[in-house]
Amino acid sequence: MKSSVITFPGSNCDRDIDVALKKFGFKNKMVWHTDAELPKSDLVVLPGGFSYGDYLRCGSMASKSKIMQSVINFANSGGMVMGICNGFQILVETGLVPGVLLRNKYLEFICKNVFVKVNDKKNKYFKNVDNEVLEFHIAHNEGNYFCTNDQLKEIEDNNQIAINYCDENGKIEDQFNPNGSLKNIAGIFNKEKNVLGMMPHPERMIDKSLSGEDGSLFFKNLINNLK
Amino acid sequence: MKISVIITLKKDVLDPQGKVIHQTLDGMGFQDINEVRQGKYFEIDTKETDNDKAKAKVEEMCKKLLANLVIENYKIIDPK
Repeated sequence: MKSSVITFPGSNCDRDIDVALKKFGFKNKMVWHTDAELPKSDLVVLPGGFSYGDYLRCGSMASKSKIMQSVINFANSGGMVMGICNGFQILVETGLVPGVLLRNKYLEFICKNVFVKVNDKKNKYFKNVDNEVLEFHIAHNEGNYFCTNDQLKEIEDNNQIAINYCDENGKIEDQFNPNGSLKNIAGIFNKEKNVLGMMPHPERMIDKSLSGEDGSLFFKNLINNLK
Repeated sequence: MKISVIITLKKDVLDPQGKVIHQTLDGMGFQDINEVRQGKYFEIDTKETDNDKAKAKVEEMCKKLLANLVIENYKIIDPK
């Protein structure tokens, strides 16, 4: 399986996701944002970080960079595109996934482990994933998911919510919502579910001795689903 | 020609920064404030000399980059 990770000026999780993808069997290529063509890929990842210093709105500048037109075309033709953290912010700015990510409700940068519940398994990202509840890491200032009422209805009708913030038992309640996201939304799909944007970082949970292994579950499962 | 743009958050969108500014002003003694909403201001100096054409271009800029229309409104101020 071939993957590509796009590096923007200010990306800082690009090498982490590179390590994670390779660990679980992807042949990964790093792609610079000024490139016009995507290498042949089964998966494209927009990594976390602070592309363009979060100027204007997080992800807004990166969403207009040269490589993104190829990424958008790839996604629109059914290619798998995953945006993590700043990558999610870039995805919403391209319009590939609905909504926006506002500043965290209590105006603080949040850096901690959270639990998320898998809401939908009829997609290549979470199909056959062993656990319903996964422990991932979040580190963001703008992760407060918001969309219009019409968009929310559409998202819910199409089962586009991928993961919700919850407690360790999978209970989705306001008290387990770290950033004020609408309906505890931590990640969403596009309508066709080949594009996933999420705030949590599975690539930070791939080593038993350093963190947890729920990211390992996610990546092992993902590569199997793509085979 | 210089054209100004003001971007504001839509009415129903939470503005935590505006809220904190409100609270701080309140604490400073400015106690008759109903609400504070924070926005952005842009000054665009363009080579275009035709008023309408310049405004149309800036409108396109607003839609494509300067504002995110899910949460923000834009207002173009007539060049003087």
